[in-house]
Amino acid sequence: MRYLGKILKKYRGFIALTMVIKLLGTFLELLLPYVLEHLIDNVAPTGDRAMVLIWGLAMAVLAVLVRTLNVSSNRMSVRTAREAAREMRTELFHVSLNLSGAQMDEFGLPSITSRMTADSYNVQNFIRAAQTMGVRAPIMMIGGIAITLTMDRGLAMILCFMVPIMIVLVILISKRGIPMFDQVQRGMDDMVRIMRENITGIRVVKALSKEDYENRRFTTSSTAFERLDAKASFIMALPGPMVTLFLNAGLTLVVLIGARRVNGGQTEPGVILAFLTYFNMILMGVMAINRIFMMLSKANASAQRIAKVVELQDDLPVLPEAEGAHTDREGFLVFDHVSFSYEAGNTDASVGAHGFAGAAREQCLKNIDFSVKKGGSLGIIGATGSGKTTIVNLLMRFYDPQEGRVFVDGRDVRTYDRDELRRKFGVVFQNDAIFADTITENIAFGRALGEDELRAASADAMALNFIEGYGDGFEHMADIHGANFSGGQKQRLLISRALAGKPEVLILDDASSALDYRTDASLRKAIREHHSEATTIVVAQRISSIMALDAIIVMDEGEMIGYGTHEQLMERCPVYREIYKVQMGEAA
Amino acid sequence: MAKNDSIMKKPRDTRGSLRRLAVTLKPFRLWLASVVALCLVANVLSLLGPTLAGSAINEAAAGKGKVNFDRVTTFALRMLACYVASSVMTIAINLIMVHISKRFAGILREQVFAKLMRLPVGYFDRHQAGDIISRVSYDIDVISTCMASDITSILTSVVTVVGSLVMMIVISPALALMTLVTIPLAVSYTTWMRKKTQPRYSKRSKSYGVMNGFVEEMLSGQKTILAYAYEGNVEEKFEGINENAAEAYYDAEYYGCAIGPTVGSINNVGLCLIAVFGSLMYMAGRITLGQISSFVLYSRKFSGPINEIANIINELYSALAAAERVFNLLDEPEELVDREHAQALQNVRGDVSLEHVAFGYTPDQPIIHDLTMRADAGRLVAIVGPTGAGKTTIINLLMRFYDVDAGCVAVDGGDIRDYTRRSLRGAYAMVLQDTWVFRGTIFENIAYGKENATMEEVVAAAKAAHIHPFIMRLPQGYDTVVSEDGGNISKGQKQLLTIARAMLYNARMLILDEATSNVDTSTEREIQRAMRDLMRDKTNFVIAHRLSTIQHADLILVLNQGDVVEQGTHEELMRRKGFYHKLYTAQFE
Repeated sequence: MRYLGKILKKYRGFIALTMVIKLLGTFLELLLPYVLEHLIDNVAPTGDRAMVLIWGLAMAVLAVLVRTLNVSSNRMSVRTAREAAREMRTELFHVSLNLSGAQMDEFGLPSITSRMTADSYNVQNFIRAAQTMGVRAPIMMIGGIAITLTMDRGLAMILCFMVPIMIVLVILISKRGIPMFDQVQRGMDDMVRIMRENITGIRVVKALSKEDYENRRFTTSSTAFERLDAKASFIMALPGPMVTLFLNAGLTLVVLIGARRVNGGQTEPGVILAFLTYFNMILMGVMAINRIFMMLSKANASAQRIAKVVELQDDLPVLPEAEGAHTDREGFLVFDHVSFSYEAGNTDASVGAHGFAGAAREQCLKNIDFSVKKGGSLGIIGATGSGKTTIVNLLMRFYDPQEGRVFVDGRDVRTYDRDELRRKFGVVFQNDAIFADTITENIAFGRALGEDELRAASADAMALNFIEGYGDGFEHMADIHGANFSGGQKQRLLISRALAGKPEVLILDDASSALDYRTDASLRKAIREHHSEATTIVVAQRISSIMALDAIIVMDEGEMIGYGTHEQLMERCPVYREIYKVQMGEAA
Repeated sequence: MAKNDSIMKKPRDTRGSLRRLAVTLKPFRLWLASVVALCLVANVLSLLGPTLAGSAINEAAAGKGKVNFDRVTTFALRMLACYVASSVMTIAINLIMVHISKRFAGILREQVFAKLMRLPVGYFDRHQAGDIISRVSYDIDVISTCMASDITSILTSVVTVVGSLVMMIVISPALALMTLVTIPLAVSYTTWMRKKTQPRYSKRSKSYGVMNGFVEEMLSGQKTILAYAYEGNVEEKFEGINENAAEAYYDAEYYGCAIGPTVGSINNVGLCLIAVFGSLMYMAGRITLGQISSFVLYSRKFSGPINEIANIINELYSALAAAERVFNLLDEPEELVDREHAQALQNVRGDVSLEHVAFGYTPDQPIIHDLTMRADAGRLVAIVGPTGAGKTTIINLLMRFYDVDAGCVAVDGGDIRDYTRRSLRGAYAMVLQDTWVFRGTIFENIAYGKENATMEEVVAAAKAAHIHPFIMRLPQGYDTVVSEDGGNISKGQKQLLTIARAMLYNARMLILDEATSNVDTSTEREIQRAMRDLMRDKTNFVIAHRLSTIQHADLILVLNQGDVVEQGTHEELMRRKGFYHKLYTAQFE
């Protein structure tokens, strides 16, 4: 509720106006049956036709006025919902996009995406409905009761007694039903997961002739879902007929007691008729309150989920230069006794493959210490999860290390404006992203690069050939996630992107794994020849990708177990020698 | 996006879909008949309510001291009885309809899934997983929701409209004429407005779809965006997309939110006509006050569903369109059944040969032109070549995921098309580049290929694949649940699991497609030792990037652009100094 309030604060004047108009409209609407009753009970018996017509006209005017008021307040509430939701999404997107690695790990991509979409729509719908339905429903109900009270106190007591019971009943049922929909959703997710597994693994399923088994597995899940779904749907279908029954029972009481009161001269028959109309109104009011209650609980949960992201504190603040650490060590990139672990809370499986680091989370770095001179090159090799990517993450300050310092160009990375720091880099991450845009934009990526620079970069990255193979060349559109490119083509585009800005530091993290050896070799040659001034870090599984570099780090479970040139490592590092032997064959 | 598009599409073959829906619904015909009956009775009963109320009020209208209480009570009790019975029936109808619609959805889902299992692998190569899944989840849900609510709504509406009209005419034909003025007005207004709003709502859905897609794409590339300080551009783009979505929302709702009050207002004007003319008729002595009362109640009942019907028809259309998509999937051509006299492949030796094979995924794009090779039992055949050369295609043909266009693939001298698929595929074990695990325990994942595998066998396979120590380190050991998207297990470990699965499966022929691409080098070395045991005495097909791993192969096929450009042993090919030699030496550059 707090966050909802915060979003709406700016609009409170306008919202108040909307609600006043809606209030007015609803009140006038409530008057309609009153006029009707007056017309039939008091005017008609007088036999004055002119008066009947006048009252009838008044009623028609009232009806039109009610419409005008209701429509304009509805539209005003739509406007507020639009503005509030738009601003909320802008803010949420800004925050999400700038989350630190640790924060992104904590939420996970699917969760952030659903906050941007489903949750923001929930809040928007609520803002829209609350201002109008939220006014109308209680007024319909309370107003209906109030008017019946002025008409006949005795009869109205029946309503006063029944309405609260109905509301409690309906909300109790909803309260039981709402959590069931979460279960239904989970059941659906489970079913969809099995489908997805079978679609992606269809070759395995068919190869092992497991079709019957999979059919059984799906049927089990589908049946479980069906049961839950039926139960939830049935419970949620209950309030309607129950409320109707209650109100109709009340109606019968009104007729019975009303007749007695007419007999006693305490009331008119027209009053009973008006009661019947108000009953309908109250019925709708009760149902609407139930809907608002459901919407509110949904919107509130959504708003809280959004607030959780938006209200995060920046956990990687930029330090003033004076407060940064200093180093006397030579070198453009320096790791000074760095130790790091991803936060303990983030090790659970839910973070999943979408995690920021891309690799197993429990791994950390222990006492990493190296430096690379300007224009030099460094290779990092080691098992999956040995901490190779983490080194890149720290260098570009997606995380801060717990111990030790990282320096770029002699300055503590924490003292750089983040964009200033990152502009020094040209980087290809593991499983990096291609965006649904032209090839030009995917390579230039917002940097002011000329056509020559794009061509040169893509030529170096061995991408020029296939790009020119398209009729529209560099203007060719990539699908979402680059789905229309092969793995090798994607990697070559990504490398073009990294090379295009002539970066001070070039980082290739497993960037050529999908390239065959020949292309990989040509790529290395091009980088050697045309990008020799860039300080280069290459993370790789293939020894051939790194063995010619100035220095190589061998990582194992977060530790440097070897550091030196290829020749030195062949001599000193048994693990390195082993890797070399396996990959190059016993003969080599 | 798929969801939003589907709403707009109109069904093409309405009749055909309806007929098939009817066929699928046949088992429920008794239930449906009872729903129709209950619905009729319940609504007639609830229509009687106001009449009885009117009669009771009429009795009361006798005035002070003259009310006949017996008659009032009788009417009131009848009225109550009608309402109670109608509510109970409504609840019963809901119960039945929920049951039917959910069971119906269940049947459809199971049919679709069973169908998927019978489709050829090619279908899944051509269709996106998301699209197939949306048919099972979203489309079937649309159909079932429509059944659950719309069937009863239609019945209720029809009964209510007809019943109310009849009652209104019975009470006063003259007053009933009044409603004939306002009802067409309301109906034509809503129809007109719907034409106006419909495209606006689909535009809104579309712009939401665009926004969702953009957000998903950008956030999944967040690290890259930050690394290139591109976030300003992205946020600027998002601002535009967000603005569009907000505008589309406003535009649609601007019109949409006027419909309710306007229809209400038209109904109120109708009410006021009834009041005025009713009063005038009362003065003329042609109607009683009680009759006016019931008439007012009926006219309220009457106008409600009339405005609903147009809505329902729209929903019906979208449900039919959804049904059509589901039926289209059910009509996809299935994997060819085995030939009539297909034999089970038994006592497999493992001699595999390809003779003059030609194949393409689409007729106009041949991948393999004319391929001939032999792999005798116990041999190791390696397939190498640059990406896209057609290596995986050969596997597809061996396993008969696809059939050759020309030539023939033979096992033990017989054309594989003369064997049953089940026995042919059962003769291979395979480990693919795209590791596949499903949500289930590690035990289940390893035992997947062998029914009734014992724990001992599974552990032995895991040990052979060098994943046993890792499994034992997990909190639940072999009972640990893993899943495709779960982060509790790395890609390399998944690959080891699939290797263990193949070890346990123990078939005569083995296919390894980049089987160790995600395993780090030290583990790979250990696996290779285990693999050598696995590969002994089998016919092995190995696809590899790292040429070092296949140097000792009995036969190396070098593929380039769909053709075998060279074949021979490592030594022969190196001596030839051709394509293979170039590939091989490139590793060391």
